This record gives sequence, structure tokens and C-alpha cells, in this order.
Amino acid sequence: MQIVSRRKIYFSISIILVLTSLVCLLLWGLNLGIDFSGGALMEIEFLGEGQSNQAIQEKLADLELDQINIQSTGEKGLILRLKSISEETHQIILERIGLEQIIEKRFESVGPLISQELKRKAFWAILLALIAIIFYIAWAFRKISKPVASWQYGLVAIIALFHDILITLGFFSALGHYWNIEIGLPMVAAFLTILGYSVNNSIVIFDRSRENLLRTNWTDFEEIINQSVNQALTRCFNTALTTLFVLFAIFFLGGQSIRYFALALIVGIIVGTYSSIFVTSSLIVVWQRWQRK
Amino acid sequence: MGIFIKGVNEKRSLKSESAFGGKNRKVNWTIFIIFIVALLAAFLDYPIIWDKGVDWINQQAGLTLLPNFYNRPFKLGLDLQGGTHLVYQADLSNIELDDYMDSMQGVRDVIERRVNLFGVAEPVVQVNKVGSHYRLIVELAGVKDVGQAIDMIGQTPYLGFREERPKSETENILAERKEIEGKLEQEITITSDEKKLLLEDPFFTPTQLTGRYLKGAQLGFEQQTYQSQVNIQFDDEGSKIFEDLTRKNAGQRLAIYLDGVPISAPIVQEAISGGKAQITGNFTLTEAKELVQRLNAGALPVPISLINQQTIGASLGRLSLGQSLRAALWGFLAILLFIIFYYRLPGLLASLSLLIYVALVLSILKLIPVTLTLAGIAGFILSIGMAVDANVLIFERLKEELKSGKSLGGSIEEGFRRAWPAIRDGNISTIITCLILFIFATGLVKGFALTLGIGVLVSMFSAIIVTKSFLRWFVGGRTEGWKRIWL
Repeated sequence: MQIVSRRKIYFSISIILVLTSLVCLLLWGLNLGIDFSGGALMEIEFLGEGQSNQAIQEKLADLELDQINIQSTGEKGLILRLKSISEETHQIILERIGLEQIIEKRFESVGPLISQELKRKAFWAILLALIAIIFYIAWAFRKISKPVASWQYGLVAIIALFHDILITLGFFSALGHYWNIEIGLPMVAAFLTILGYSVNNSIVIFDRSRENLLRTNWTDFEEIINQSVNQALTRCFNTALTTLFVLFAIFFLGGQSIRYFALALIVGIIVGTYSSIFVTSSLIVVWQRWQRK
Repeated sequence: MGIFIKGVNEKRSLKSESAFGGKNRKVNWTIFIIFIVALLAAFLDYPIIWDKGVDWINQQAGLTLLPNFYNRPFKLGLDLQGGTHLVYQADLSNIELDDYMDSMQGVRDVIERRVNLFGVAEPVVQVNKVGSHYRLIVELAGVKDVGQAIDMIGQTPYLGFREERPKSETENILAERKEIEGKLEQEITITSDEKKLLLEDPFFTPTQLTGRYLKGAQLGFEQQTYQSQVNIQFDDEGSKIFEDLTRKNAGQRLAIYLDGVPISAPIVQEAISGGKAQITGNFTLTEAKELVQRLNAGALPVPISLINQQTIGASLGRLSLGQSLRAALWGFLAILLFIIFYYRLPGLLASLSLLIYVALVLSILKLIPVTLTLAGIAGFILSIGMAVDANVLIFERLKEELKSGKSLGGSIEEGFRRAWPAIRDGNISTIITCLILFIFATGLVKGFALTLGIGVLVSMFSAIIVTKSFLRWFVGGRTEGWKRIWL
């Protein structure tokens, strides 16, 4: 398969996707869940007759709760989203709706202090992971310094990684805007896994290049890189496929709470497989050509 | 470890063509050990299989020949068994910096005692310092009335002084209590008045003197004997009440209660004015220190406020557990089918090593024990997907080597050797991510990082040792020439 020589097509696809994601993110931002934005979430289920959203809004009207967002789940379930509340207010709300008529399945209340902290921690975790991985790749590829230096592989892997994360984030920005899907704490784990997966893919492809560059008497850099990608192709597809099997199983069968966690990984892995096959190696070639000039 | 395996491989590939006889025996032994370990792991994961078999054998023999297998349940997180996770922030603005940790320990002890009253299995009460904030984390699994639990935890520690009852009254109560207990033993239902009486303290009655009037407590030493004692100081109002109380009770005991539990009952020598008192007794230094800590905790206002609450109903927890297990099962089956279909005999062997992998990881999760959360199960399922990756990398190389015309033995060694750097580098970068997540993240994400990390580590073992031994077993056998099952 001619991959590297057709790089203009693949670069265009990637650029369009990244730009669209950036536009989405700038326009709509991310729909952060209460883990990061603070607030309370109540999931209840009616035992008998359900109540209309409006009836509930009226019952809670005088509690000074600002905005209450009520969403139906399933036949008799409701999710209420409101600002962070005290336990007393929580009990009053339960009483108003009718303690005997409902089961409370879930209640979470996150104060502003905690949500700020979680945001900060997530940021640092991602930043540190990135730095550690650049260093690791630079070290792992230290033996090949010709024709491109080992740190360049690290940097290209990071570019691929940003590409994958940005497109996934853009996708979730749109999901958040249109379907009110939130990014909570588990999403950080999902994004970090995508990050690890993306780097993993880059490493496998670079590994082939590393081997071919060290073992054969190559003349054409572009040719040898293209050959390396092709050799790694089946592995990339098969691994993506087996991982997607389990992720789709989680998405369809795993229940509400981890469905979007699985979706983030599905998107990330599809994009990640695409970028590692069609973009990463071509970037190395472009960089090498640009250096020679 | 990487270097070690590489070294061994290189040596093997040199003499692999010539020395099949000796090698085969070694491979047989390795496979034998792998199966024993896998069986043990499987029994640990699911002891019922062993127990049923053993019960049958014991029954046949008529004696207890074999014991039941070591049974250790999985530790489930709050989101899978239902429960509540509470984070309290302590307001330490009135306390000196040096006493922060002491005060927090005091609050922790008090709250732990309160939490123990709920009868919850393995409650967690931890002090947590984040930046300059001191927090208390309380986890209650399977608690029914969360509202009531929160009410009880939120009270400030309660210190009370109680005076002795007249002897006759004590005897009366004890006699009546005996009667009620007798009724209980005969399983006669008792009235609510009688129930109240059971809870009554037969020796002491509460007075109006409580921790509200305490200014502070300090560790002290008796001047002559150097025996540890506890000095307490009341505020003005408390001093007056204390003086009246001591006058009234001279020669009798005055008990000090903390959260309804007696901690000491010194005898009042004389009326004490000035609001200073010493609690003496046979305190060791640590006991006295602990008492000071508790008294200060009871007396000092260390207000705590609830800043984070997560409550999962038991029904939702059970549902999540069932759903995620079902997802794991189907995902796993799909993977097995795919690799058997695509890679033929090697795929079948890889399926077997994946089964062993799953048994091993589950038993490690049980043994450590890792608290399984929903995110943790997701991490585990994902690690199955990644464990396949190592096998896929190896088989692709194996196919290449076979196609280039090498013998089966040579291809296996060369395939593993060439696939190893990619497996190593890829897995190390995943482990780096897991480590960072584990150190930095809290709760939910931590569980994910831990199970994924354990999974990745075990997957390297499963691909490099288990799959390889299985493959080697076929070297020199009759099936070697059947290209169709290998390619």
C-alpha cells in the first residue's frame, strides 16, 4: 500500500478533522460533569406512578435552588441536576418529591473546592504523563540518530497524540452540545488511556522503522518508512479490532455509568489507529526532507 | 527482566535446531507448572468448583480427606455494592498549626466510634491532607439510612460529666434490667419503656456539665510520683457548675463520658473552685495523651462540613456489577473467536493463554486485595484487549518468519525476539500512564489505573512465557509440517 507517498490526502483529512474539533471546542466548550464543575446529581426512580418534570419543579420552587435540570431515564427514572446542596436540603427535596414513592439510586454532591481540585489534578496528571512519555520514547529510540534524531520520534508521537485527543475532545464537545453528554472524572481515565494507546501505536510503527533502519542497507528513506508501516499494518488493525470488541461490549451491555467512558475510548482508538498508520510515519518523512533542504 | 529474556532467547536460537530432545522435556515441565498455577488461580477465583468436587470425594470416602479451598471474596467498591462516600472539610482556623494533626486525629477517633455504631462492615475513616486543607473521608458500605448517618457523623464530639446515682437506685435499675433480660431470653416481646430502661446507665446520671464548658485539657504529671495525669480547665460558667457539682458529690465518683462511653470516673476529694481539675488514674503516658486528645476534641470546636457526597443505592450497584460482568464475558468471547479464526492453531493457543491470563489477574486482584470499582472492571476488560496485542504482534512476526521458509522452531524464537522490543516499549508507556494516574488521581480513576497496570504486567508474562511454551510444545511434532494450521 502506498501510504507515505499519498500523505497529502491523509494530512488533509487530519487537518480538517482537527480544525472541526477546534471549532467545536471554541464554540461550545466541554460539557463538564459535576466532578469538575461542582453541583449535585440525584438519580431517583418512582415506585408507582411517575411525576411530571413540571410538577417536581413546582414542588421545589421555593427552595432557592437556582436552576434545576431534570432528565428522564428509562420508564420511571429521573436525574436531577442542581447546584451543590447540603444534606439537609437533600433530605427536604426527597420529602417534597415523596419519600414513600421513590427509591434514590444515586446522589452526588460536589462542592466547588473539590471540583477545582479534581480539575487541577486531572490537568497535572495529563501533563506529567505527556512529559514522561516523550522522555521514554526519546530514550527507547536513542540508538537511531540517523537520518532523524531520536527525540524527533518522541515529538512526532506527541503530535499524533494531540491529534487523537483533540479529535476525541471535539467529538465530545459536539455530543455535549447536542445530547448533553457530560465529561466526568472517568473520562480523564479514558483520555489518558487513549493517550497511552496512541503512543503505543506510534511505538510499534517506529519499532519497525528502527529495526529496518538498523538492519538493512537502505537508500530511500521514504521507501523504507513506507515498507515499515505496511509491515505493521495487520497488527494495528487486529489489535484495534480486538480492543474495539470489548469496548463495544461495554458500550452496549456495560450499563449507563460507563457507556460514555467506553464511547470515548472507541472514538479515541479509531482515530488513534488512523493517525498511527496514515499520519505518524509520513510526518517523520516530511521532517527528514525538510531538514535536508 | 527484558534483558534477561532476550539473553535466553538468543542462546536458545543458536542451538535450537540441534537439541530438541533436552528442550522438549523442559517445555513439558514449564507447561505443567503453568497449568498447576492456572488451576490454583482458577480455584482461588471460583472456589466452588474445588469445594464441590472435594465434597463429593469426601462423601464417597466417608471421611474428610481434603479441605475446602481458601475462600476469599472480591472486595467490591461502593459503586458496585451500594454505599456512601463522604468528604468533610475541617475548619482549623481556631487551632495552632502544631496541633492540626492532633486535632484531626481526635476528630477521626470520635467519628470512627460513631460510625462503628452503624454496624457497617469495614467502615473507612481517614484523615486526608490536600494542600493546606485537612479533610476527613468516611466510606460506609451498604448503609441504609444515609441521612441519619450523616446527621450522627456531623455532630461535634460530645463530652459529658455524670454524677453517681444513689446506691438504692442503682440496685433497682440492675434488678429491673435483669428481669427484662430474662424476658428477652425467653423471647417475650418487651415494651418500649422497658427497652429504654435497658439503655439507661445504672450507675450515673447526666449533669448539665458538658464539653461546652471546657476550655481545654493538658497533659500533666503528679508532682511526687510523676504519674501521668490530665489537667482540665473550665470556662467561667463551667467553673461555677463544676464547683456546685463537686460540693454536692464530695466523696463520690464523678464520671467523664465521651460520646456516651465512660472514659474515667475519679473520686471527688473536695469542692473545687476556680474551674481547674485533674483527672488521675493509672494512666500510662500514652493513655493520658490520648485522653487529652479526646478531651480537646470534645471541647474544642473543630467544625467539619460536608463538601462532597456520593451515594449509590444497593440496587444500582448490583445492576452495574451484573452489566459490567456480562460485557466482560461477551467482549472476551468475541476476542477468542476472532483470534482463533484469524490465527488458527497459534490463535487457539493464545486463547488458552488468555484464559490463564484472566484467571491470574482475577486471583491477583483478590489476593492484594484490590477494591473493584466499575472503572476498575473497565480497566480490566481493556487490559484483556491489550493482552491480545502482545500475541498479535508475536504471531504477525511468526507468520513472516514461517513464510520466509524458516523451520517452526527457528520461526518461533525469531518471532518472539523481534516482537519483544515493541511489546516492551508499548507496555512500559502504558505502565507510565498507569503509575501517574495511580499517584495523582483519586478513588475512581485510581482503581482503573491499578487494574489496568496489573493487567499489563501480567499480560507480558502471559504472552512471553505462556504462549511461547505452548508454541514450543509443537516444535518437532507431527503437526509441524501442516502449513495450513500455522499460517
